[in-house]
Amino acid sequence: MITFSKQQLKIPRLQRPVYLVTAGQSKFDRAFPDKRTEELCIDAFVMAASLLDISPADLKRSIHTCYYGHFADHFGDQLLGESVIHDRLGLDPLGNVGVKTGGATGGSTIWEGVKAVASGYSDCVLVMGWERMDEVPTDEGNFLISCAADKDWESPLGHIYTGYYAVMAQRYWQIFGRSEDSFRKTLAAIAVKHHGYARFNPFAHSPMKITVDDVLNSPVVAYPLHALDCCLMSVGAACTILCDEETAFRLTKNSKNKPLRIWAAAGSHTLRPADRRHMDIPLLPHETADQYKDLGERFPGGERYPGFTGFLAARMAAYYGYGMAGITDPMEDLDVLELHDAFTISDVQTYEDIGLRPYGYGRDYVESGDCYHTNPHTGQPGRLPSNLSGGLIGCMHAVGATGIMQTLEVATHIWNRWEEIHGDEKTWKDFNREKPDDWTSLQVRGARRGMAISHAGVGSHVTATILMDPDHLMKKDA
Amino acid sequence: MSMHGQVFVKNNQYKMRGDFHHLTPNTPIRDADNGWRLLGVTNPRDMTYIHSYGGEAVFFESLSQKKLLATRCDNRNCESEGTIHIPFRIHCPDCLARNTIIDLTDIAKKTARIHTFMVCARSGAFNVLAKPITFINIEFDGVPTILMSYLSLGEPAFGMKVVPIFKTSEPTFTILDLSWVPEGTKNNQLPEGFAF
Repeated sequence: MITFSKQQLKIPRLQRPVYLVTAGQSKFDRAFPDKRTEELCIDAFVMAASLLDISPADLKRSIHTCYYGHFADHFGDQLLGESVIHDRLGLDPLGNVGVKTGGATGGSTIWEGVKAVASGYSDCVLVMGWERMDEVPTDEGNFLISCAADKDWESPLGHIYTGYYAVMAQRYWQIFGRSEDSFRKTLAAIAVKHHGYARFNPFAHSPMKITVDDVLNSPVVAYPLHALDCCLMSVGAACTILCDEETAFRLTKNSKNKPLRIWAAAGSHTLRPADRRHMDIPLLPHETADQYKDLGERFPGGERYPGFTGFLAARMAAYYGYGMAGITDPMEDLDVLELHDAFTISDVQTYEDIGLRPYGYGRDYVESGDCYHTNPHTGQPGRLPSNLSGGLIGCMHAVGATGIMQTLEVATHIWNRWEEIHGDEKTWKDFNREKPDDWTSLQVRGARRGMAISHAGVGSHVTATILMDPDHLMKKDA
Repeated sequence: MSMHGQVFVKNNQYKMRGDFHHLTPNTPIRDADNGWRLLGVTNPRDMTYIHSYGGEAVFFESLSQKKLLATRCDNRNCESEGTIHIPFRIHCPDCLARNTIIDLTDIAKKTARIHTFMVCARSGAFNVLAKPITFINIEFDGVPTILMSYLSLGEPAFGMKVVPIFKTSEPTFTILDLSWVPEGTKNNQLPEGFAF
């Protein structure tokens, strides 16, 4: 579609409030030769129960339905892997279903769980995601990932998904980045930031203290993308528990976790970028059509929307999500973000799609210092920090778990428990990881609202998951 | 000697000959740091899939005949009537009527130009293209979509005019039978097996 009806643009409305009460995750790594997937899922579930100060068995007694995010059956060589995990968690005979939307699988699984609670079908659901990406060598892993592209028209072209993504990056790089060295350094700064924040996260797969030059000197994968511009291929699991109001307050009454209001929305766009047709830019609440009428003059070649430079699915997920939660300007209304940094350049593209900056000016979100926990220019808190977990570049990309990990990270800030969860000496020791001497708390002080963006390759699926402290809603009837 | 699996269709049924899988023994995975205790096993598997192109078969057949086919919505009641699709779409994405197949070869030869590109140093397993691979996405006059393919010669640039070449010798009947070269390329410069 290139035009949308009024009914298609309707802002979704939940039938009743939905709350996130807890979440958990396993350690993330490139491989777990000594652990089955079910062990990682149980690690995540046990953590979720522990944050509520109740036993796993007690938490299970509240669960009514289960949603499982697991993208690539062929990676783990196990069809119906969801049934295996469901059984090992001891949750039979409850209803369960698997969700698969590529890189957005974690976010889509939350989307389904939210709707189950909102509809009244369930008062408490388990949302669990995982990925087993260590059962094949990396080149075969790249082959399997490329199977998410069109098998007749794209996959045979090198069987390398990065290449299909990178043509979009090239277009953005030349049109909006003007091929400037300064922009290339901005991209590298994102990788430095995300690998650097991962150093303070004991769950993270790739903590690294690196410089912009290190990124620029890393091997070229597909110019302008270097190896350190790209996300990880990880193994791990993450989960969260979503409830109606009564169950949420019952489950949290003896814990430090405050029930958080949650909304989730989704958008999609053509699996093949080739099929993208020109359309008008769908506007977010704080934008006007006038601000884009001369976009092609300011950035020659940039007049085509979404072209290869924007992610319509992200724009639509934000449009629906902001409408549901009452967000009118994400830079003003949100306090913390976790974005899907599959590549540094797609991170910048997403800043524009979700309205952190107008189209064409995404780089300013980094260059201004707004995206940092502490703004490097002012030494003051960043205006809207993103990916303090380390994101997909520094923390992990265990596909089915990624959107859930991001949501957990946002929740820990609003609970004011980031420091406790990430600084715990026992966790570092249990994971056989060394806590850095310069470990720093990345807790966003006073965080009330946050959002996680979950994104499938080349933008075919994107979800926006929004969390708010119920005492700081943007609108009362949301 | 075994024969790779081959398939033809008779009376609308698949008829198969040869070997569609090859048995390779599994082996144990042991922990060198802990007394070589058992951690798991390898699971080798070599399979051949049987895939139908359905309504797109004519596109893949035509590549080896030096034709680039596309489709067009000719439904007078569709808001997208006249829209040309390449990649080939069997049905219009707006009205879902069956599209008309058209020959886009001449338009491609006269108007194809690079919308974007990428030189990719890596590939996944089972890749058969020479590395680095130059991915290109191609615009055509009067066509709203942007075809993905690969450039066989030259350095890509935005707006660069390119022309299609087709693998007419030992075609693979896949999208790899279509490639592109810069406008002005001579016959004797083409990769082996390809023709204008």
